[in-house]
Amino acid sequence: MTVVQVSAAWVPVAAALLLAAATAAASLDGALAARASGRPAAQGLALPAAETARLFRQRRRAPVAADTLLGGVGVAGLLVAALLMVAVVPFGRWTVADLSVGVAWFNAMDVLVWAAVWLTGWGPNSVHALVGGYRFLATALSYELPLMFALTAPAVAAGSLRLGDVVAAQQDLWFVVWMPVAFVVFCAAVVAFSVAGPFSAAVGSVTAGGVLAEAAGVDRWLAATGRYALLSAGSAFGATAFLGGGHGPLLPAWLWLLVKTGALLTGLVVLRRRLPVLRPERLAAPAWLVVLPLVLLQLLAVSIVVVVRG
Amino acid sequence: MSVVSGIVFWVLAVVAIAAGVAVFRVDSMARATYALAASFVAVGLTLLLLDLQFLGVVTVLMMVMEMAVMAIYMIMFMGMNPALMPMSMVHGKRAALAVSIGTFGVLAAGALLVPWPTRRGAPAADLVESLGEAVMHSKMLVMMTVSPVLFATIVAALVLALPRSRYDRLGDDLRGPDRR
Repeated sequence: MTVVQVSAAWVPVAAALLLAAATAAASLDGALAARASGRPAAQGLALPAAETARLFRQRRRAPVAADTLLGGVGVAGLLVAALLMVAVVPFGRWTVADLSVGVAWFNAMDVLVWAAVWLTGWGPNSVHALVGGYRFLATALSYELPLMFALTAPAVAAGSLRLGDVVAAQQDLWFVVWMPVAFVVFCAAVVAFSVAGPFSAAVGSVTAGGVLAEAAGVDRWLAATGRYALLSAGSAFGATAFLGGGHGPLLPAWLWLLVKTGALLTGLVVLRRRLPVLRPERLAAPAWLVVLPLVLLQLLAVSIVVVVRG
Repeated sequence: MSVVSGIVFWVLAVVAIAAGVAVFRVDSMARATYALAASFVAVGLTLLLLDLQFLGVVTVLMMVMEMAVMAIYMIMFMGMNPALMPMSMVHGKRAALAVSIGTFGVLAAGALLVPWPTRRGAPAADLVESLGEAVMHSKMLVMMTVSPVLFATIVAALVLALPRSRYDRLGDDLRGPDRR
């Protein structure tokens, strides 16, 4: 299966798809939250619509001496990073940007999240928000290197940083089968860079909402949408790099990608609710002493397989 | 160079220089740091125009990450928290102006006066791969030796700079606070 680059006119369609996936993820999360609190799950399905209606009518909050420029860049940056991430992910046979360095591009975009979250915390000139920003960077120092090496594994196996080649290399066998450690680490990092689940200390209730302590109205909506969009974009990339992308029987390639992305996204949304929040300083030691060596061993195993296979 | 890439080049060039100027004109540490990041991102994207895709993307990656971390240190190490108070981003103005004008003059004169060599050979088909070959092929042994030494230096410097560090967290016997 070869991937072709479509014209730039399709960019809005790609953006709409990403937003639809983010909305679905938010709906699912709402349903799970409703069920957890004893209400019928169907009540929570409308959560994205209800939140949008509520936040669009809410006034933005402007604290004293707030840095609105940097805060705005940060809040909008989450969604922008997610949109730029999916630009390189092939949707079946089509891709918006057939970059020869797609994997590195994805990595660069997830690093933009570092800046975006910290700036979101910096913007309002509020202690809790700034503490949240620092907590995110502390978390990022733990997840970023394992993520980089996890991303390296499929690229080494495919012998290319182009996502089309990564998909083509999985024709016979999905990468998740022989690089499970890299896949698990990648999924954890996706949850981490969408500031969710165990890695949500930056927006935790112990700091009164962390980076989002002062966010209200459209700012809060953008941040929430951006986080769900990052989770969705990460799932789409994971489905492409580890779950075979568009490969599969019977169904067309684009539908397979949607199915796999949806499955991975559902898994991550369900899983992140069930895990406790980890304190960033507690995360550092296991991340550097256990996860990083494990993912390096995974990379070694992949490299040996590639060399032996020739 | 097509018209579109010409426009893109000029936009990126103006953004890079304007953001670079902003680094010294703004009155906040955070703005200065992220103006520098914006300048580097524009430079990184300019590299994409030269078909140096890997270098361009890695420049964006490294510089954003670096500035995110640098903002912390700048704000942490500046006394009297200038991060939260307006402050000037320049000092030693006269000497700095003389040096920068002199440097600009020398570099600009070099760019204009030196006869540029004509291109020999053609770019490789796969630039990422040939870049990797050029950087790593014959120098692999050096890189393999240098990188652990560099890494050990960083770790050693951190250990020396932090007199307590893990002993603070885990107690004098390093067994952890729970097991004392």
